[in-house]
This record gives sequence, C-alpha cells and structure tokens, in this order.
Amino acid sequence: MSILVIAEHDNASIKGATLNTVAAAAAIGGEIDVLVAGANCGVAAEAAAKIAGVSKVISADNAVYEHQLAENVALLIADLGKGYSHILAPATTNGKNNLPRAAALLDVQAISDIISVESADTFKRPVYAGNVIATVQSGDAIKVLTVRTTAFDPVAAEGGSASVEAIDGSHNAGNSEFVGEELAKSDRPELTAASIIVSGGRGMQNGENFEMLYKVADKLGAAVGASRAAVDAGFVPNDMQVGQTGKIVAPDLYVAVGISGAIQHLAGMKDSKVIVAINKDEDAPIFQVADYGLVADLFDAVPELDAAL
Amino acid sequence: MKILVAVKRVVDYNVKVRPKSDGTDVDIANVKMSINPFCEIAVEEAVRLKEKGVATEIIAISMGPKQAQEQVRTALALGADRGILVESDEDLQPLAIAKMLKAIVEKESPDLVILGKQAIDGDNNQTGQMLGALTSMPQGTFASEVNVADGRVSVTREIDGGLQTVNLSLPAIVTTDLRLNEPRYASLPNIMKAKRKPMDTFTPEDLGVDATPRVKTLSVEPPAERKAGIKVADVAELVDKLKNEAKVI
Ligand SMILES: Cc1cc2nc3c(=O)[nH]c(=O)nc-3n(C[C@H](O)[C@H](O)[C@H](O)COP(=O)(O)OP(=O)(O)OC[C@H]3O[C@@H](n4cnc5c(N)ncnc54)[C@H](O)[C@@H]3O)c2cc1C
Ligand SMILES: Nc1ncnc2c1ncn2[C@@H]1O[C@H](COP(=O)(O)O)[C@@H](O)[C@H]1O
Repeated sequence: MSILVIAEHDNASIKGATLNTVAAAAAIGGEIDVLVAGANCGVAAEAAAKIAGVSKVISADNAVYEHQLAENVALLIADLGKGYSHILAPATTNGKNNLPRAAALLDVQAISDIISVESADTFKRPVYAGNVIATVQSGDAIKVLTVRTTAFDPVAAEGGSASVEAIDGSHNAGNSEFVGEELAKSDRPELTAASIIVSGGRGMQNGENFEMLYKVADKLGAAVGASRAAVDAGFVPNDMQVGQTGKIVAPDLYVAVGISGAIQHLAGMKDSKVIVAINKDEDAPIFQVADYGLVADLFDAVPELDAAL
Repeated sequence: MKILVAVKRVVDYNVKVRPKSDGTDVDIANVKMSINPFCEIAVEEAVRLKEKGVATEIIAISMGPKQAQEQVRTALALGADRGILVESDEDLQPLAIAKMLKAIVEKESPDLVILGKQAIDGDNNQTGQMLGALTSMPQGTFASEVNVADGRVSVTREIDGGLQTVNLSLPAIVTTDLRLNEPRYASLPNIMKAKRKPMDTFTPEDLGVDATPRVKTLSVEPPAERKAGIKVADVAELVDKLKNEAKVI
C-alpha cells in the first residue's frame, strides 16, 4: 500500500492539520508520500520532508497552484493519485474543496471526515451532525478520504528525513482566477490548534462585549470562538464559527458563554475534554454536555472570572 | 441565463437522529422531512438572480424517493419555474448524484448550477465539487456572496482563515454557505401556483447512470456519551474545579 497525503500549507510552512492527516495515513499503514502543491513552496516542501514517517515529498511548485484553486489542484491530485492505494487530505476548507473534485476525476466515491481507521478499506465517520457514527467500507480501488483532524493525534513535525522530488509541468484548467483574500489577523492561537477555547454566543449581545472574552482568553492563552448566531448577528467574523458547518474543535477546555447548545453547535465542540457552560437559563441544552455548569448572568460571571484568573 | 438548483430531501435540522437499536441504520421512521437548509439558500439565491433580471429560468431538481417531489414543489413555491425529480430508492451517494446532475446539465445547458455546500444528513460536502470535475466547470464553494457580471461569476468563499474571492468563467458551479442569504417563506398563493408548474420525472437508468452505492454502511452507533457534569455555585468554585479537579488551567 502507498498513501498520498495532500499537505495543508501556506507555501512557507506546513500547517498542523497535515500532521494529523499523516497520523491517519500511518494508522492505515504503508509508505506515505506527501504532496506539497503551491508556488514558491520550497520551504514548505523542506518542512514536510522532516515530518516523522514520511517517505517522499512531491513538490509541485508552479504559479497555477499558488492559491490552491480546486480546478487546477484537483487535476494534479488525480494525475498523481492514480498510483496510490489511498489519497488523504485534512478536512479543512481546502481539503473539502479539492479532494472530492479529484475523487470524481478518478471515478471514486470519496469518504468525508473520517474519525478512525478500522482497516485499509473501512472507516468511521460522523453523520447527522455527529449524532450518529457510521462505519463505512469503500468498494473503490483507490480510497479517497478527508480526515477530521481532531480525531488523530499529530505525528512529530521533526525527525523524518524524506527525499524531496520536484515535479515539472502544470495543470491549468484556465477557468478560475484568484481575486483576493481577507484573512482574519489575530495574535491568539488558531481555533483548531488551541488547547483552550472561550466561545461566545448570541447572549453576548454585541461585538464590543466580546472584549470581555478576549481578556479572559488572553489570560488563559486561549483562542476565541463563536456560535453561528453570534457570527450571523455580525458580532464576530465567520472564521470564528464552531459547529457542524463551521470549525470542529476538541481542546482540553471549552468555555461556552451565552450559547444555548443547539445540535449544530455541539457537533463542533462536544469532543472537547472539559466543557464549561455559563448561561443564565438553567434549562439550556448546553448544560447536558457541560462538565461544569454555571447558571449566571454572563455580564456578572465573565468579569468575575477575569478577576479570579 | 438559466440556473439549475439541486435540492435534497433530508431529516429536518431540528430532529435529533438516533441509530436503530440493532445498529443497522438510522431511525428515521415518521420524522419530519424538509428541504436541506443549504439547498433552501441555493433556491433563494437563484430566485434573487431572477428578480434582478440576471436569470431567466430556474430549474429545481431533486433525486431520491417519490416523496422528494415535495421538496421540488417547495422549490417551485419559492420561485423556481419547473422541476425535475429523479426517482430512486437506492442510497444515492454524491458521485452518483453528480453523474445524474451532469446528465441533466447536458440536456439543459444551464449557465449556473447552485447546490448546497453540504447535505445535513450525510454531511458529505462533495456533490458540487464532483459535478465540477465531471463537467469541467469551475466551482465557487462555500459561497457567502455571488455576483454575476460580463459572462463571469465572482464568488466570495468562506475559508478557514477568513474570506477568499474567486472569479469564474460561466457555466460555473456555486455551493452555498449559511450567510449567503436568508431564504424567504413560501406564500400560500405561491404554494398553490407551484402545484401547476411542470415537473418531469426520470430514473437513473433514463439518465444512463449506474447509481449503485460504492460505499457500504456496515453499521451505525451513537457517539460516545459524555458523563453527567455538575453545576457549580459561583465563579470561585468554577475556577477551583478547573485548577484542582480538571487541572486544565
Ligand atoms: C444547517 C444549519 C447549520 C448550522 N450550523 C451551525 C454551526 O456550525 N455552529 C453553530 O453554532 N450553529 C449552527 N447553526 C445554528 C444553530 O441551530 C443555532 O441557531 C445556534 O447555534 C444558536 O446560537 P446561540 O446558542 O449563540 O444562540 P441562542 O440559541 O439564541 O442562545 C443564546 C443563549 O444565551 C443565553 N443568554 C442570553 N443572555 C445571557 C446572559 N446575559 N447571561 C448568560 N446567558 C445568556 C440564553 O439563555 C441562550 O441559551 C446551524 C443551523 C442550521 C440550520
Ligand atoms: N439526492 C439529492 N438530490 C438533489 N440534490 C442533492 C442530492 N444530494 C446532494 N445534493 C446536492 O448536493 C449538495 C451537497 O450534498 P452532499 O455532497 O451530499 O453534502 C446538497 O446541498 C444538494 O444541493
């Protein structure tokens, strides 16, 4: 068996999600190659070569891959992927955008968001917003999988010594163009990498009140997340949304403030190790998953918490 | 400009689905079924493009059991002009759906195909991307803004770090994210009118597609239960528990 892992990177560095995906590949077993497709991505390729357990890094360094446009990258993945038994990518927005497109080019039914490897062709994955875990078996010759990163402990970023093979040529579908990007900038840890997350919901009432959460988060070295209601109301940007259709997180500590605990929100955070809920409604469903529940007005409790830390 | 919209019949998003006790399948007997929320947003976007004079015709298509015609009717009540039902009792998976959509695309030659980013039952998030591969159309997935101008479509996409904008040649595929728009409700007169709008029915065979599932569900189970937690009296107790019991801060 040989496995192709699609690296998540920003041309300059390898993202943590790649390490979780290599871990899923290692659970399948076999040689692991990592594809770094980008532009001026040599540094990222060198970093990928150091990941523990990787045999070979394939570097596709070309302007057409700079922004990971699915139209181009999927052609590349399908082309290279023909020679592998498995193709894996993290279930990031990039992986979700590119991999199904590559799978269809290979005439393969992809499997999304695997949370465990049962055997080389059998995997577990959540369905119905995580209320049901399905064990599924692929009948296709090549298995194309996206990996829920929170379900696999990352392999070491250092210690490997893979070879780097540069490949020439480019796949340019010529029907899409990158226009621009607005990336949220923050000095706090990334949501999917943080070991503590403090999240706010509609109960926060407005964007200014999130300052209270930022203060607590900074004392804890935490990331700040939000419910969809808080994002929709414009309190905070979309990249902070946790849930079925936002980010899936599983930190050591998740503090939900003024969040009711809808199924779709729980889908994104209920695998956290310790959950704290602060809500003034003692019947809020969030308390059913909370290890420590505090029934209180958040406008009293959060400043008190800030002072106590 | 012609728009094709794909709408899936799914268990309503308010229903908490559970596995059957024998673990063979999920228990969805007698639960409320609805149009997938992301597909509702797809229909709304198409209708708004028509109201702006950008689109001239909207075709709504659903694939699944006979009852999926209800979701096609809902789309017609929301403003689609005609419907297509591909009837099948198979477990239709994204690759098969994409192949059938491709067959419809070849018949209808739409300029834009709008799908939901994800069906909330299987949570696959694949169909639009697969249709893109099979038709060689470009894709603007997870869209929070769509602008059609000069034979191209500009799509703002919700990505992990924030927002990304791409510009695609037409025909193109768009998959909707939650913030793209807020869908309207169908009015009673429009629901009545929808009953008279045309709806064609096909089978996968009519479209020349083998819809046999490629991925087999071996079993289903409930997720790991969390053990019951406790209520703390105040912030001081909370901080004490987090420090000394859970040891997470
Ligand atoms: C297809 C689909 C996908 C979705 N995906 C997601 C997703 O990914 N993530 C997500 O989060 N949601 C998602 N949702 C939305 C979800 O259904 C809920 O609407 C949303 O999570 C509610 O957010 P909330 O808990 O902040 O707001 P609410 O449900 O309005 O809850 C606010 C809570 O704050 C409490 N509160 C108010 N004031 C105070 C105060 N002063 N002190 C203490 N507590 C207070 C209230 O008691 C209440 O419990 C999705 C919905 C659909 C249909
Ligand atoms: N059976 C179906 N009938 C019509 N459209 C579908 C069907 N399945 C998936 N789709 C479309 O594809 C989108 C994504 O679905 P999925 O890839 O299954 O998560 C949905 O929001 C629909 O727009």
